[in-house]
Amino acid sequence: MPIFASLLGKLNFHALPHDTVTKGGAAMVVLSGIAVIGLLTYTKRWKWLWREWLTTVDPKKIGVMYIIVALVMLLRGLADAVLMRAQQATSVGAHHGVISDNTFQQVFSAHGTIMIFFVGMGLLFGLINLIVPLQIGARDVAFPTLNATSFWLFASGMALINLSLVIGEFSAAGWLAYPPLSELAYSPGVGVDYWIWALQIAGIGSLIAGINFLVTIIRMRAPGMSLMRMPMFVWSVLGTMALVIFAFPILTATLTMLALDRTLGMHFFTATSGGNPMMYVNLIWAWGHPEVYILVLPAFGVYSEVVATFSRKRLFGYRSMVWAIWAIVFLSFTVWLHHFFTMGAGADVNAFFGIMTMLIAVPTGVKIFNWLFTMYRGRINFASPMIWFLGFVFLFTMGGAAGVLMAVPPADFQVHNSLFLVAHFHTMIISGVVFGYLAGITYWFPKFFGFKLNERLGKLAAKCWIVGFILAFGPLYILGLMGATRRLDHYDASLGWQQLFIVAAVGVAIICVGVGFQILQLVVSIWQRKKTVDTTGDPWNGRTLEWSTRSPVPVYNFAIIPKVVGRDAFWAAKHSPKTQLKPSDYKDIRLPKNNPLGIIIGGLAFGMGFGIIWHIWWLSAVCLLGIIYAIIDRSTNDDTEYTIKADNIAKLEARPLIQEQLA
Amino acid sequence: MGLNMSKKYKSIALGGLIAGLIVAAAVYFQNHTPAVLAPRGIIAAKERNLILVSTLLMLLVVIPVFIMTAVIAWKYNDKKTSTRYTPDWDHSPVLEFLWWAIPGVIILALAVITWNSSHDLDPFKPIVSNKPPITIQVVALQWKWLFIYPQQNIASLNIVQFPKQTPINFEVTADAPMNSFWIPQLGGQIYAMPGMSTQLHLMADSEGSYRGASANISGRGFASMNFIAKSTSADDFNNWVQLVKQTKNNLSLNAYDSLAKPTQNNPLAYYSSSQEGLYNRIVMKYMVPASQLPYINAHNAHGGGI
Repeated sequence: MPIFASLLGKLNFHALPHDTVTKGGAAMVVLSGIAVIGLLTYTKRWKWLWREWLTTVDPKKIGVMYIIVALVMLLRGLADAVLMRAQQATSVGAHHGVISDNTFQQVFSAHGTIMIFFVGMGLLFGLINLIVPLQIGARDVAFPTLNATSFWLFASGMALINLSLVIGEFSAAGWLAYPPLSELAYSPGVGVDYWIWALQIAGIGSLIAGINFLVTIIRMRAPGMSLMRMPMFVWSVLGTMALVIFAFPILTATLTMLALDRTLGMHFFTATSGGNPMMYVNLIWAWGHPEVYILVLPAFGVYSEVVATFSRKRLFGYRSMVWAIWAIVFLSFTVWLHHFFTMGAGADVNAFFGIMTMLIAVPTGVKIFNWLFTMYRGRINFASPMIWFLGFVFLFTMGGAAGVLMAVPPADFQVHNSLFLVAHFHTMIISGVVFGYLAGITYWFPKFFGFKLNERLGKLAAKCWIVGFILAFGPLYILGLMGATRRLDHYDASLGWQQLFIVAAVGVAIICVGVGFQILQLVVSIWQRKKTVDTTGDPWNGRTLEWSTRSPVPVYNFAIIPKVVGRDAFWAAKHSPKTQLKPSDYKDIRLPKNNPLGIIIGGLAFGMGFGIIWHIWWLSAVCLLGIIYAIIDRSTNDDTEYTIKADNIAKLEARPLIQEQLA
Repeated sequence: MGLNMSKKYKSIALGGLIAGLIVAAAVYFQNHTPAVLAPRGIIAAKERNLILVSTLLMLLVVIPVFIMTAVIAWKYNDKKTSTRYTPDWDHSPVLEFLWWAIPGVIILALAVITWNSSHDLDPFKPIVSNKPPITIQVVALQWKWLFIYPQQNIASLNIVQFPKQTPINFEVTADAPMNSFWIPQLGGQIYAMPGMSTQLHLMADSEGSYRGASANISGRGFASMNFIAKSTSADDFNNWVQLVKQTKNNLSLNAYDSLAKPTQNNPLAYYSSSQEGLYNRIVMKYMVPASQLPYINAHNAHGGGI
């Protein structure tokens, strides 16, 4: 049937899932899709959704959408983790666990990819969208439509990776897909192609967002906000965006080369015909190591805001914090080789990269000491963001020590690719990144929704995460030292590892209870929102500009752009005499109009990726031409802004606060 | 009163839980010693010491951070209104210098250790000994380990045997996706890559049977890619070589080609001889077009190396 071959490429009925676990996953994806579509149709919300959300260019709404996607993906990644723990706790000796070897390998590849690209990056850009414009006293980002495009490229990558559950398969080559395993010779299916195109599309979105926010921070700060008056979160984001701009092109190029190998039979990284797999390993980590700092630096920024606010004290050591950020930014590009000391580069090279790696511990340590001295002689309110912070300090310090240990090359030879390594990087990423962003979400939630999250359930969730984490990953450190390598779908009973794997499974179960509390927290908080409503715009006695405007934040952020006279701009303003605003103080505000370019490009990128994965060339070509046309069409449109009149702003600012609307 | 009681029960329960975990851990470690911490070879012993020394150095920072965090969190929580409160105190040149300097000094010490140990324990560096070393060529296949003994002209599958207290020069490659060759009790790992030949020098102190594994994902059968590393007396090793020489199998090019096909859970196997230059041929087949391989083969047959 040549007509089908040209229309459908490699796609046929065999692409639908066969085994039970994949069928379950596919059913989950399809059913949640149907449920969402059904609910929207039933409540007649399609028009509203399109007008208010899908075509929005407002960074506050884009931020919320990023975070919703990331939290849903957190559940997906957690489900993968549960499967892995279940497999390793049961697949011993004569028993072969709950899933097959190949499914297991797809599950851990998906887990890593999803957690880094669609949870970590999603929470990161979500919070950046929400907070950066507010903290620098701006009304918008530098390129609003481009910002929406970034989000939709991210969403489109996310859709592709989840589609692999329903149609075809996912990569079984690990989250970084080292060749030659990821080359056609050893992975002939579409799994690696799904991996490549989900990451490629989301990665280009991240790169664009990086440029956008770097320009936003450099160009759009409120009058008086010099660089050294910026909140520490903004400094962290500035460093992060510099990293994104330098690191993500490496990822784009590397994935392109791998795609050329797989799709057009080239030989960049193949084992044969002059390809060089070691070059791939270098390139992917030249992006990959900066990537972990891309994830963690904004979380450090969140901790800086949280600790200062809840200790009711100025952030200690502002200057050394800034220097520490830039030291980390610089050093993070000089350490990638520590991910493969065991490749045999030689003693001089290994020692150099080992020493550069352990140097990063110095600025990181400086940050921890500065946070502790922000708390010192403060008045610490142990609200739930501070519980996350305390968990972070203990776990991150310990995980960091394990990291320095692994920076000594001959010590690394004994723990590399073992569960010790797995435990180490989960300690850094969960306590650093996940705890940080969860603290940030709790902290800034009332700013955007007008009421606080339930504190009691929030604290319970944090405690479950911390205890669950220790039980889930403590045993993995020991297992690593016992010689247990990562990614094992089965092991010998005589090794005596099973007890520790069972403890780890219990730990993950406790983390799941924590996540359960968080879902409950969201439901209860919405249910009882009258009790925790934020009447002041400043529920935590905050220090930075985002707390100076109303909650939820009006579309224009600030009715009048604030003038900044020092650090902790809002704290200073609160403690100086107030001036009453007159209606004549307001001026017209121009804001960008909503437009569908982002979702159109996202949708077409999805089609293009799907076409390449399945060799449906006409689809890819049509989608690519569509993207080019959409960009040209948009570029010729001059009517992109609208005006909110000054007297309308005066009316909006005079409108009753949310608690009166609720009453 | 009720609140105090529940707090008291909570701390008793927490204390009990922690004590229980410690007891369970103690019982567990009675029967299970972590391989990396129980070295049976000079390289693994040095690497273990390095792990312990770096851990101790890191504890110099970790323990103070833990104590400071606990004390500060306890002392300055907002329920205590009598403690000192300095909301605008936000820097101290002396303190800030200290926490750039103290971790800096510790890292400096570690950097010296890193430089020296990286050179001392370079996997490519031969081990100095008065006994002549034995060369063993290791090929990672899908999904099993082939060991070729060029000096003895024998080969074995999923088991490698060698005399104790004798330096072993492992030459490592793969005819498969990348793997990592690791015998935790004898020393750290090195990657096994197609078209590449890496080296690993190890030496066992005493007789014993140790677990070896692949530490890098290489496809479906990766989890079962284990092998036995057996260290014996010199006499036992020589007897073993003679025994292997009497087996019927030999590792001709054809036998190798069928062995290299993907299989899982292969039983141990022994080969009384192996095709000369087989290892070099395996490495070179990724480096030159297939049409030129016979030339390489002929070249090797005349005693040429790479």
